[in-house]
Amino acid sequence: MTRSDVTIIGAGPAGLAAAIEAARAGAKVVLVDENARPGGQLFKQIHKFFGSREHFAGTRGIDLARKLCQEAQELGVQLVLDTAAFAIYDGRIVAGTTPKGTVQIESERIILATGAMENTFSFKGWTKPGVMGAGAAQTMINLHRVLPGSRILMVGSGNVGLIVTYQLLQAGADVVAVIEALPKIGGYAVHAAKVRRAGVPILTSHTVLEAKGEPEVSSAVICQLDDFKPVAGTEREVEVDTVCLAVGLTPLAELAWMAGCQCEYLPALGGFVPVHDERMETTVKGIFVAGDVTGVEEASTAIEEGRLAGIAAAASLGLLSPDEAEERMTAAWERLAALRMGPFGEGRQAAKEQLMKVGKAG
Amino acid sequence: MSVAVDGFPSREELRRSPGYPSEERLDRGACAVIECVQEIPCNPCETVCPYGAIKVGQPITNLPRLDAELCKGCGLCLAVCPGQAIFLVDKAFAPGEALVGFPYEYVPLPAAGERVPATNRAGEVVAEGRVIRVVNSSRNDRTPVVFLAVPLEVADEVRSMERRGQKPRPGQGE
Amino acid sequence: MRVLDHPILGRLEARRKVTITVDGQPVEAFEGEPILAALLAKGIRVNRITKKRHEPRGLFCGIGRCTDCVMVVNGVPNVRTCVTPVAEGMTVETQQGLGKWGKAK
Repeated sequence: MTRSDVTIIGAGPAGLAAAIEAARAGAKVVLVDENARPGGQLFKQIHKFFGSREHFAGTRGIDLARKLCQEAQELGVQLVLDTAAFAIYDGRIVAGTTPKGTVQIESERIILATGAMENTFSFKGWTKPGVMGAGAAQTMINLHRVLPGSRILMVGSGNVGLIVTYQLLQAGADVVAVIEALPKIGGYAVHAAKVRRAGVPILTSHTVLEAKGEPEVSSAVICQLDDFKPVAGTEREVEVDTVCLAVGLTPLAELAWMAGCQCEYLPALGGFVPVHDERMETTVKGIFVAGDVTGVEEASTAIEEGRLAGIAAAASLGLLSPDEAEERMTAAWERLAALRMGPFGEGRQAAKEQLMKVGKAG
Repeated sequence: MSVAVDGFPSREELRRSPGYPSEERLDRGACAVIECVQEIPCNPCETVCPYGAIKVGQPITNLPRLDAELCKGCGLCLAVCPGQAIFLVDKAFAPGEALVGFPYEYVPLPAAGERVPATNRAGEVVAEGRVIRVVNSSRNDRTPVVFLAVPLEVADEVRSMERRGQKPRPGQGE
Repeated sequence: MRVLDHPILGRLEARRKVTITVDGQPVEAFEGEPILAALLAKGIRVNRITKKRHEPRGLFCGIGRCTDCVMVVNGVPNVRTCVTPVAEGMTVETQQGLGKWGKAK
């Protein structure tokens, strides 16, 4: 059995940041990930991030991923890759499955940074080859350099839908339209403006009724919505070979549930999320959380939460003085607060406060 | 017409925003035009401006405020804006002609001297533009900025050019 | 459909090629890429046929979670092609239903 001070599950932005902070404080850190390389979804984020200088604003996700991976490596973080963590026993043993069998890692502290997965929704023909998650299309074009199709309908105008639309155009595909069930665009206006300038229409109050084609998608039927109900007579068939679904994400909280962490249902955060306190510790002592698993946000917020969890885990092991930990955590909380302001951030800020209030009451 | 439905700001929304220079300033020569009308947490434009012409301040969700008198039209903010929401407009470029600069992250890039279809905020072709230069230094970090000469009357409309990326088909590129 | 040139990621670097066999046909692939990517590069998007309704399935999540893209690889059914890298001489077959175990390589 491998032993460590801190075991972190998930090597995306939150997990890497947690690993860096804990290792910097002197902890022996094991970072587990089911993929062949660390970085999580960051290697697909080829666009420049928002924020300010301390949030790496203006840096592309791919470049940030390289930087974080390098930093973790330099600090001696032990990477355990190709390993899907499937259980936590006694709040201290992480069990994982690898192509070669199972492994166990025993540690004093565990940080869950498992991220989130894409939502989907069903409509006639949605199982046909050619209907896929927007993230799946993004993975294919930016990571594997293949197009999943050449004429695309994007369903959902949140930031994921808008960003992946833009990146599909950059990869050489055509996006015939972005459709949105709500009467207004969900994501940042600047992302919307980029795809509009490129000639992609954004149809609000629209949905997809059917994906047609045998054996794979060759067209899709879309229609207008009035108060989320299809308006008869507005059906239109658009010639597309791919339908991408960008309809939100759900936190991957299974391990937290299994470990007995209390979870709360907060729609603003994407569903059931583990309750945590200001130190990112869950209701199970010694288990911390960071990133999308505790509320779907951005990579930049995931990094700050990861830092908090890493610092708190190290401090709880006596590796940082309370004053040092306090100072570093206050700085991270200030950076987080800046990212959770404005019309897009304040809902998440309120939900996070609610989550932490539950943590205190518990 | 509004940014929340159309996906790009209307004339009125732009005029109301603190990042849009006055008509009088634009007539005098090259100036940044900031089309950022939504409060998102972001401030690289403020950090990059060597003349202190862009202020975001605290909180960083403030809309960028352009002091057009301080703006020298250097264009550094165009490539640094993660939202690609800043443009350069020079209405004193040549008689009857304006220069419009915009970020353009597509391949292939146009070359100086080429004539290209200039598009507006909705991606519609509104004029023919003449490529004056394409700036793509390491500082741009892979966000090239294309400068087009366009008829003066469309200077407030032109914000990009038609994409020229070829459309791949199955089996291509093997 | 490979993305040969890209404004941010640059030109697709030449990589070592391997040949795999897909439903009896040789297909060239880049060493290390997922099976699914090699198939998409050829425009192949159907990976399996479901057991009950005999419906085609293909790429859905792309990160090894949904299992819609499973195929029979080297005689082993239910291999997630989106996260399994190609290897020289690999045989890949469209999976029918739950798949039949074949001769492992």
